[in-house]
Amino acid sequence: MKPKHLFGIVVVVAALGYLIFGGLGRNLVYFITPSEYFQDQARYQSRLVRLGGLVKAGSVQYNKETLALRFVITDGVREIPVSHSGTPPALFKENQGVVVEGRFNGEEFKGQELLVKHSEDYKAPGAGYSPEQLKKIIQETK
Amino acid sequence: MQKIQKPGDLVTTLLVGLGLTLLAVGFYFALAAPPDANQGYLARIMYLHVPSAWVGYLAFFSALLYSAAYLIWRRPGLDRMAAASVEIGLVFLGLALVTGMLWARPTWGVYWTWEPRLTTTAILFAVYVGYLVLRSAIEDPDLRAKASAAVGILGAINVPISYMSVKWWRSLHQTQSLDLTTGKVHMDGAMVLALLVNLAAFSILFLALLRLRGLLEKRGGKLVSEA
Repeated sequence: MKPKHLFGIVVVVAALGYLIFGGLGRNLVYFITPSEYFQDQARYQSRLVRLGGLVKAGSVQYNKETLALRFVITDGVREIPVSHSGTPPALFKENQGVVVEGRFNGEEFKGQELLVKHSEDYKAPGAGYSPEQLKKIIQETK
Repeated sequence: MQKIQKPGDLVTTLLVGLGLTLLAVGFYFALAAPPDANQGYLARIMYLHVPSAWVGYLAFFSALLYSAAYLIWRRPGLDRMAAASVEIGLVFLGLALVTGMLWARPTWGVYWTWEPRLTTTAILFAVYVGYLVLRSAIEDPDLRAKASAAVGILGAINVPISYMSVKWWRSLHQTQSLDLTTGKVHMDGAMVLALLVNLAAFSILFLALLRLRGLLEKRGGKLVSEA
């Protein structure tokens, strides 16, 4: 066997090992819900976790000057206030599914990364959308 | 004197022609499809992303069939077709990964995250890169074919895992919009049409490419044996 082949095999096996034991092992539970957090609070303190749920309607406060974003994440049962710094992704809105990566800081969750889930439903904006709204949808998601 | 061989056969030529025609039609439908209410025109990358991933899965399934067939009948041609399937599968799965990242950045907010669908797909990709490395490492054709067949069969286990990952585990990736397991469709008619035409175009192009690659391998094998 030539060295380059041995090298190739080692690289692939190492990559697979990393993916399976590092990537997948840690992420089979990709995010926890607020209810799960309250069931076992001690376990999730001061470590990096992903918190998933819906953005509670009426809870979003965003300051365009300081980029400070605050909202409440809910799974319909329990709620957790989230603070995050940075412009939210275009699809971020009330009642949208989100996953926030960060740490619990007392009662509050400090987000480092904000990911927005989108549904598998694709619908054309039909009746009920004004031309201005259509224009907004198209421009916002450019 | 060496016999002049035709550059291909009729079936392959027809498949290439049909595939390219459908691709053009699919491209038109994709551009004519309405924007999505949430994502606007961004959702259009789906017409490239979904067929690419589908052909990736299809190709690895094809590699599984050819690998199993090789182990039963031990014909070198079957081994060549398994390898051809893997090569094409890697190209399309790579395309699916890249288009997925380009779609993820503006919608999810990141290019990549270690969520179940993305992780299982990355593993799938790595396994078949390993398949090609393994092939290049073994010189004895029989041993090479047997070892490749083993990887081709075991690696394919990950295809259904990758497909079902969005249902089995909590993920960021949305579930299927055209669900093969339940038959449910979560899309408007014009969008389904665009997606189906592109899926058909990509599937036919896969068959065409597979036949072309098989022909090339066959010629290459002959050249080596004649030398």
